[in-house]
Amino acid sequence: MKTHLAKRVEITIETVMQSRLTDALTRAGVTGYTVLPVLGGSGRSGEWSRQGQVSRGQGMVQVICIIKPERVDDLLEAAFAVVERHIGVVSVVDCEVLRAERF
Amino acid sequence: MDQILSLAATNLLSPIILCFVLGVLAALARSDLNFPEAVAKGMSIYLLFAIGFKGGVSVAQNGMDLQLGLSLLAGVILSALLPLIAFWMLQVMTGLSRLDAAAVAAHYGSISIVTFVAATSVLESSGIAAEGYMVAVAAAMEAPAILSALWLISRGGDGRRMDGDLMREIMLNGSIVLLVGAFAIGVITGDEGLARIESFIVNPFQGVLCLFLLDMGLVAGRGLRSGGAVLRPGPLLFGVLMPLVGSLFGLGAGLLIGLSTGGVALMMVLSASASYIAVPAAMRVALPEANPSVYLTLSLGVTFPFNLTLGIPLYVAIASALTGG
Repeated sequence: MKTHLAKRVEITIETVMQSRLTDALTRAGVTGYTVLPVLGGSGRSGEWSRQGQVSRGQGMVQVICIIKPERVDDLLEAAFAVVERHIGVVSVVDCEVLRAERF
Repeated sequence: MDQILSLAATNLLSPIILCFVLGVLAALARSDLNFPEAVAKGMSIYLLFAIGFKGGVSVAQNGMDLQLGLSLLAGVILSALLPLIAFWMLQVMTGLSRLDAAAVAAHYGSISIVTFVAATSVLESSGIAAEGYMVAVAAAMEAPAILSALWLISRGGDGRRMDGDLMREIMLNGSIVLLVGAFAIGVITGDEGLARIESFIVNPFQGVLCLFLLDMGLVAGRGLRSGGAVLRPGPLLFGVLMPLVGSLFGLGAGLLIGLSTGGVALMMVLSASASYIAVPAAMRVALPEANPSVYLTLSLGVTFPFNLTLGIPLYVAIASALTGG
């Protein structure tokens, strides 16, 4: 089956920044994204777990979007403006999709 | 003194405090006791609705007066003022950076609604009446502290400001909407409304509060375990001293307005408590460079248990002694 090259951008960020990030992505022309809850992890800011968190300020989510390679720079610029000062990880990987017109 | 000790003993041996202690001990002992996230959220929704509704019914019974407006005004002023005092104390007592100190200070101007709920429960079981509108005062005290903290930072040459989205999130956060909304429904429906749902919001209240405080004990215990590194003597002392200082301001305000014994005690509790739900979220957006383990450990791991076990009986006893209640 024929596939098309695309970029998969994964942004792990604090829950409080989720709507700010997705708004920025939408303004940058991203037509779709997926938000996943994060159960826990560890990094420069120490160990973290979703268990027993009482404040929305302590949660993390992962925002995933798949876009055409030529649009990835615009997306990253928009995302970086939001996540620059915050805890999180931004990564870009190559992927292939079946229906290119959707991205 | 005897009254304070007697109230403290009664409070310490009440089911809600013993449940909280059980939670702290279980977490410190690394037990796998855990509440599903949805259950904890459901209990907090129930408690906020019940306390808001009952407060509204109380206002419907007694009517609105000038004291209500004055209490709201006092709450807003206290919430804006206390971070300035906390900030000064933090700079004198601890080696925290200006940013961390401002973030911690914001927590101590805002309030802990769980501490407020526990205090109303203690007052009820002691047969001390309080103004129902103190629920609205609690809601009014959530946000001004955050503005004060951002002002403290901007004074230091940092040009950051509160954006509109953050302001909306603070003013319309779920706890405030539910508390104020349930309060309004209580005011509108009064005794008749209460009679219809009494079996749901009055009788099970203490039991749900017990389970909720068990969960809060687990959260506080985990916070103490993971945030032990920030518990140096200076911040630790601040976490115990600041609620006492805050309660004195609340006492002054309550007496000045002429609140009842229960009202003065609740004003003290509100001024003494520190936020760990609304303010941490706001700080993550507005001051992301501030260390969350510092402000969460202090507000949730030190001040919250202090207020719940020793602070509340102390505030109630002082309020009783000074108002003749």
